[in-house]
Formats: sequence, C-alpha cells, structure tokens
Amino acid sequence: MTKFVQLLLQTLTLGSLYALIALGYTLVYGILRFINFAHSDVVTFGAWIAFAIAGALGWASTGSPVFAMPVVMVLAMAASAALGFTIERLAYRPLRKAPRLNVLITAIGVSLLLQNAGQLQALFGKDPVKMPRLLSEAPLFKLAGVQVPWVDVVLVVLTIALVIALQWLVFRTKLGQAMRAVSWSEQTAALMGVPVDKVVSITFMIGSALAAAGGVLYGLKYRQLNQTADALWMLLGLKAFVAAVVGGIGNVRGAVLGAVLIAFIEVFGAGYVSSKMPDLFVFGVLIVMLLFRPAGLLGTPTVEKV
Amino acid sequence: MTALLEVDDLHVAYGGIQALRGVSFAVDEGQVVTLIGANGAGKTTTLRAISGLVKPTRGNVRFAGKSLLGVAPHRIVARGLSHAPEGRGIFANLSVEENLDIGAYLRTDKAGVAKDREHALTLFPRLRERLQQNAGTLSGGEQQMLAIARALLARPRLLLLDEPSLGLAPQIVALIFQIVKQIAKEGTTILLVEQNAHMALKVADVGHVLEVGTLVTSGPAAALAADDAIRKAYLGVH
Ligand SMILES: Nc1ncnc2c1ncn2[C@@H]1O[C@H](COP(=O)(O)OP(=O)(O)OP(=O)(O)O)[C@@H](O)[C@H]1O
Ligand SMILES: [Mg+2]
Repeated sequence: MTKFVQLLLQTLTLGSLYALIALGYTLVYGILRFINFAHSDVVTFGAWIAFAIAGALGWASTGSPVFAMPVVMVLAMAASAALGFTIERLAYRPLRKAPRLNVLITAIGVSLLLQNAGQLQALFGKDPVKMPRLLSEAPLFKLAGVQVPWVDVVLVVLTIALVIALQWLVFRTKLGQAMRAVSWSEQTAALMGVPVDKVVSITFMIGSALAAAGGVLYGLKYRQLNQTADALWMLLGLKAFVAAVVGGIGNVRGAVLGAVLIAFIEVFGAGYVSSKMPDLFVFGVLIVMLLFRPAGLLGTPTVEKV
Repeated sequence: MTALLEVDDLHVAYGGIQALRGVSFAVDEGQVVTLIGANGAGKTTTLRAISGLVKPTRGNVRFAGKSLLGVAPHRIVARGLSHAPEGRGIFANLSVEENLDIGAYLRTDKAGVAKDREHALTLFPRLRERLQQNAGTLSGGEQQMLAIARALLARPRLLLLDEPSLGLAPQIVALIFQIVKQIAKEGTTILLVEQNAHMALKVADVGHVLEVGTLVTSGPAAALAADDAIRKAYLGVH
C-alpha cells in the first residue's frame, strides 16, 4: 500500500510536469499545425532563468522568504513568454506560408541554437547547478505512511490552477474564441477581423510561459539543473510531446490526460514491472497509440489542413 | 461622386498562373453588383484581392476613397468591408453562436452588436434554433445562412458574397437570394460573385462577365439577362 501511494504521488508530480510542457506543444500545433521542436528548450530556459533570477535577487542560499518562489516563477514565466514571442516572430513567422518541412527544420535549428547559446559563459555556462530550495521539502502531511512534501503539493496544485486558467481562456474568452477560429482557418479568421499574427504571438507566449512553469517546478523538485544541451532536458520535452500526441495533439484536455497517462505508465512500469527501462513503456504506448488510434485519446481524426 | 469600391486594372498571378489580367470596375453605394463567369474565370481571386488575402501584381483597389493595397485583411474588415468566402468558411469547431460572435470580433458597441445579431437571426430564423449547436453539424444551406449572418455582424458598408448558391438545392438558393435582396434593400452595398447567372442577374443592378481573367461584358443586369450571347453562354438558353 505504501509503495502504491508512493508511486501514485510520483505519477501526479511527474504528470503535472509533463502536462505543463505538453500544453505548449498542443497549443502551437492546434493553431499552426506544426511541431515546435524548440519547445523543450524553452522549458530548459525557464528553469535556468529562474536559477539566475533567484541568484540575482539574493535567494540562492537557504532561508529565502516565502514570496521568493512566486516572484521567481512569475519572472521566469514572463522571460520565457518573451523568448517564445521572439522565436515565433524571428524564426517562424517569415515561414508561415512556406512548406511545413522548412518550418520543422527551422525549429530544429532554433533548438540547437538555444541549447548551445545556453552553454555560453555569459549565459548559463557549462556546469550543472543546484537550484536553490525555494519550496520546502518538509512533509506537509502524511498519507498511508507516505510523507507528502510541500514541493509536491505546490507543484500539483499550481499545475491544476494553470490548467483550469488555460481551459477558461481557450473556451470562455474572446481571445480563446479567436485562437480556435485561427486554428480552424487562418484566412477565414482574418476575414472576420481577427488579427491572426497577434493571436499566434499570444499563443506562443502562453505556451512558453507554461513551459517555464514546468521547467521551474522541475528545478524546484529535482534541484539539479544540467547544462542546456543535456539529453535529460530533451527527454523531458520528448516525453511531454509523447503525452500531447497520445492525448490527441491540438486538444487541451487531451494533453493533460496524456500527461497523466504517460507518467502513470512510466512510474508504475518502473515500480512494478522493471525499473531498468521506464522510457521503453512510454514509447511503447506511443507506438501502440499511433497504430490503433493515431488521432490520440481525445483527438478527432481530421483531414490534413490544406 | 466617387464609387464606394473602385477596382482598377487588377492583375493577380499565382506562381506562373495569371489569374487576373487587368480587371476594372466600380461599385456605387447602395448598389448590388454581380460578377458572373465560368469555373476558373477569376471571380474568387477578384474578391480575395479586394479583401487583402492575395496581393495584386499590378493595379489598385480603393474603398471609400482610400487604397486597400498592402492593408492587412483584418484591418480591411475594420474599414467596413465584410467577405463571406467561397465554400462558406464556417468554423466547424465553434458553435453557431460563437461563429456569429467572431463576425463581430472588432466591434466594441455591445448594444449595436446585440441589435444586429437579433436582426440577423430574424433574417435567418433557422439559425436561432441552432445557436448552441456545433456549426460543423449544420446542413449546407444553414451553413451558407450562417456565413452571411456572420458577415453581416461586422456591420459592413460593403458585403462580398462568393457563390452563396454553391451546392444548394433550388428552393434554398431561392430563399438565400430573397434574403440577399432584403439585405440590399436595407442599405448594404453588395458585390456578389456567382456561377448561377440567372439568379445573380435577377437581384443585381449591374453585372460584369468575367472570362479567363478579364471582364468581357458589363452593363445593367436586366440588359445582360436579355443579351443573346450571355443567355447562350451563361443562362443555358439555346
Ligand atoms: N491558390 C491558387 N494557386 C494556384 N492557382 C490558383 C489558386 N487559386 C486559384 N487559382 C487559379 O486561378 C484561376 C482563377 O481561379 P478563381 O478561383 O478565382 O476562379 P473562380 O472564377 O472563382 O472559379 P469557380 O467558379 O470555380 O470558383 C484558376 O485558373 C485557378 O486554377
Ligand atoms: Mg470561385
């Protein structure tokens, strides 16, 4: 029982991280029908910039005030939103009408650029760092013999709050309506007076801010930040991407569902089946899904956008 | 008096294909002008060039005296030009109500929007019963009604309609054209593109015949409808 609850808790925290990252993939895909391969690097950037901000504000050592975490979080999300805006504006927008393959290759180029620029001494450097403890790792409560630390509770609660906020934005606001209209047809949306470029920019900013939230929470939970080109970040982004695909890429609820499912399979696979290759289960699920339900759990099979 | 819309020597090319080769015409305020022609004549291209969706290689488009060249499509809407595109362009992932909301996207006068929405639903009562329905589930005729209603919600000075009769049964076509006439009577200027020349010339004041990218005949709609050559080529009279 203790083991089960332990694994369940791990599923929730890992699933939350995947969900925050998966939402960015799904939002951008939903609106532009393209996979933003540089998205996982925005996650990395978010984590590292949070580390830099915490340092700059003098919260690198222990004993930081309680408001340190929200301040660092908000600033890191804002910085990442600015990065996402810039990437779209400079790299993707000029290619809006180009063949999809060109955009895909550009995205890989942007990804490599961010991974390598991040290692510059003037930016984040080559050495791994330890994220300051902005959230207490002390237990908040005990559940079936399992200590549940503050950081886990904050991580899950904050993710749920962000997902609800996003859901509200997409389905209950004028901006969300415009996003869904652009997703269906950029041209028709423009004919209705929707400023398409602006809507696309905002979508990138929202996706990047959520990615940063994921990156910062990852840092706060696992504490170790590897250099920006480390395979660990790519794997984190890749699994979140798998979550988005399994849930039905382009679908906001699907991304969350896929994230929890992927985390569940990874954590319980490692816990009960074999701890040697947890990623094997994750990519196994992807293959099964692509074979039997290519549109994903909540995706509707659609014809390719022309 | 200058016309509301002036299209002057419009040239459009898609890659190597010259779709428009110098099209010029004008639409006066209060008129219904129709552009008729066969498949591929360039009717849709003309409307897309006016709305800013394609860039002309030569020529100019002026609306209310101001050039529309280089103006982004959504800013053209803001100037009072609304375009119900070919194939209806319904947002099938949105409800009927949300489609109507998007039509009024740029408007901030809530009371005015509510009034226009009410009026559009009076013109198309079928839409009222289906407000919450997903727009993709509407029939073809209902989708066309929604496309026109949505375009009206921008409160346009000029309404561009691209083949509203496309793929619809004769009774529905008759109904749609009756409403187009009504919209015109209420004061909206209309530029109507049609392959159904018979219906188009009935509601229009002025007609232009487009053949492979150039206007070949223009005149009062009634005169065109009586013209032998046009009757043979476009009205199926032998
Ligand atoms: N996106 C495009 N790319 C290349 N060629 C195009 C494109 N759109 C239209 N054309 C070509 O331009 C010409 C004019 O097309 P357009 O759609 O304006 O005709 P139309 O009069 O509206 O025809 P229809 O009655 O079939 O709708 C045609 O030869 C068409 O093949
Ligand atoms: Mg056409």
